[in-house]
Amino acid sequence: MLQINNISFGYNKKRGNLFSDFSLNLEAGNVYGLLGKNGAGKSTLIYLMTGLLTPQSGEALMDGVNVRERLPKTMSDLFLVPEEFDLPRLSIKQYVSINAPFYPNFSMEDMQRYLEIFEMSDYIDVNMHSMSMGQKKKVFMAFAFATNTSVLIMDEPTNGLDIPSKSQFRKLVTTGMSDDRMMLISTHQVRDISDILDHVVIIDNSKVLLNASFADVTSKLAFRPLRAGDEPLFVVQSPFGPLAAVRAESGEETVVDLEMLFNATLQNPAAINNLFTAKN
Amino acid sequence: MNFKDNKAIYLQIADRIGDQILSGKLMPEGKVPSVRELAAEIEVNANTVARTYDHLQQNGIIFTKRGLGYFVSADAKDKIIASRRDLLMQGEMDYFLGQLKAVGITPAELQDLYNDYLNRANASS
Repeated sequence: MLQINNISFGYNKKRGNLFSDFSLNLEAGNVYGLLGKNGAGKSTLIYLMTGLLTPQSGEALMDGVNVRERLPKTMSDLFLVPEEFDLPRLSIKQYVSINAPFYPNFSMEDMQRYLEIFEMSDYIDVNMHSMSMGQKKKVFMAFAFATNTSVLIMDEPTNGLDIPSKSQFRKLVTTGMSDDRMMLISTHQVRDISDILDHVVIIDNSKVLLNASFADVTSKLAFRPLRAGDEPLFVVQSPFGPLAAVRAESGEETVVDLEMLFNATLQNPAAINNLFTAKN
Repeated sequence: MNFKDNKAIYLQIADRIGDQILSGKLMPEGKVPSVRELAAEIEVNANTVARTYDHLQQNGIIFTKRGLGYFVSADAKDKIIASRRDLLMQGEMDYFLGQLKAVGITPAELQDLYNDYLNRANASS
């Protein structure tokens, strides 16, 4: 659905390239979690894949069309929720009547449903500019989901959301997802969203260190207390003894600990790469 | 839905569906929620729920009717009870009995405790 082919990009010559010959393929029907350290280029990658930045070489294609051409058929089927944004001095109702026509698959029924999930239904006539950041985020995400675009990209969506809204956000994703849709969520808040992802993409130093489905991760790695004789890929100390990421024995299935997976991948990229590219 | 750390999430969801079948909330031959419905309800990725349903189907606990979705097998209850019994006997029972021995609970005391428990359980159901 979204293909990034051999992209190179840097903000200035002195700092060098953030991405060199970077490729990534994202497919419909999946919810991807994009993980990377601060400065790894998550937001830059998002801007490159939505046509907001021009790569020095390479291209980002959506259904075969270069997103940088920003053709109406691309822009009407693609939605980005940035980490920070402001909303105009309009009510939700006015905003929808102005912006919904750009998205042919927009559904008012869905919009109402998503506002309801976020408990924002009573705010339909409220000036959005006067809302708190968390409320703005909820309203904008309700709109983003209601556009029913094939591609929906969210940069740190749970930042600024209060405790109940994090669960509401998960409900929004699991309700709004379909087989024809692709969602990508960039985040540091892995605990907020782990259960709703089916793929994890970890980037660092201009490379995709890992792009794997949760099913794949579960079958290849186990996250559990360290045992004698283990050859762990990563170990972290806890008050109850060391916890480890180890190669899963056949039939051993544990809950994916995204935080550990991320640390293991950054610390030991070659071993992780081996494990996930090797044929079983 | 809150998950424990020690068991794959798709299996924890399978356990929960098993609980609902045992308690009668899901009836034999009755319809099971669709993958997307359940995913939205418990806020979990649809592929995880799809895996749960595959697992339950392989174990004969649910079955599909083409185009209509998933349904509870007629003998689902028996199968769940049998597999839980196996699981209990394989591991948890040993651990539990070990704990009883460690704190010095006698077989007679255990019998009383279990009888009390059954009385309370019957009274509340």
